[in-house]
Amino acid sequence: MRPFHRRFGRYNGWLEPAEATLIADLVDQVRQLLAARRTETPPDPLAELTGMTVGPTTRPVDPAVARLLPDFHAEDAELSAGLRVLHEPELIAAKDAAAVTLLDSLPPGGGQVRLDDSAAESWITALNDVRLAMGVRLQITRDDALPPGADHHDSPEAAMYQTYRWLSAIQDSLVTAMLG
Amino acid sequence: MRSSAGVRCVAARTVDLPTAEPGFIAPVRTRPVLTAPAPEKTEVAEPVNAAEVPWVTIVWNDPVNLMSYVTLVFQKLLGHPRPKAEALMLDVHHKGRATVSAGPREKMEADVAKLQGAGLWATMAKDS
Repeated sequence: MRPFHRRFGRYNGWLEPAEATLIADLVDQVRQLLAARRTETPPDPLAELTGMTVGPTTRPVDPAVARLLPDFHAEDAELSAGLRVLHEPELIAAKDAAAVTLLDSLPPGGGQVRLDDSAAESWITALNDVRLAMGVRLQITRDDALPPGADHHDSPEAAMYQTYRWLSAIQDSLVTAMLG
Repeated sequence: MRSSAGVRCVAARTVDLPTAEPGFIAPVRTRPVLTAPAPEKTEVAEPVNAAEVPWVTIVWNDPVNLMSYVTLVFQKLLGHPRPKAEALMLDVHHKGRATVSAGPREKMEADVAKLQGAGLWATMAKDS
């Protein structure tokens, strides 16, 4: 990986072939989580008649999905349920669109990544969603401490934590280039 | 929030490419789950004087979002100038939460949706 930098209005970075494959796999896993959540909503005859897409009233059971789609109000469960019905479909659609834009602009065999402003925004959003989901799976709860198992060499947690830090570095290099 | 500086230290080190456990994030499914329990219907709660009560959007600290990213999101999505975006980001980081915008309920609803779309942990509340 070579960090992103801005040149002639484009953000340029470089990925090894295996790095591009890894990013595609992780972004795809988040898409699967969101797709599974979409199928949790039972069909609503009225919504089907009007063509309106409505979301479920309940918070996702999977904590990683719940982190991607939080409640709208910290205490008022009824308000949160109502706003989830209204907004969750569009939130899932936006996250999925960012993921698809990233996948479309990812060189399949690795190599040069060239992003315009809009693609760069999709990249930082989609990479962030992957990191949020990984953060839940890894049980990252503090800024300044290793998550459980990450200090054992050769543990799956250590490998995934290393991947998480590596994604953080890619995202930060692109964000820093965008901040200018 | 995770500091960007710490990330750079790691980035500078040469690391072997980590391996992804298949299905680490999303469980490997052979077919989609079609039988989700039907949630109960809930009416959207509408406060009596919705238009008159000022609302706020709150962003909560979390250990994953990068400080640089939160600053950029406040600039791009809320239109805050860089110094204000940075000050709010630091508020979130040090105090655990910050009020990032205020206004009518519909506007705050839109702000929360935008910020959640970007992965920030945002909620709305009636201003007290």
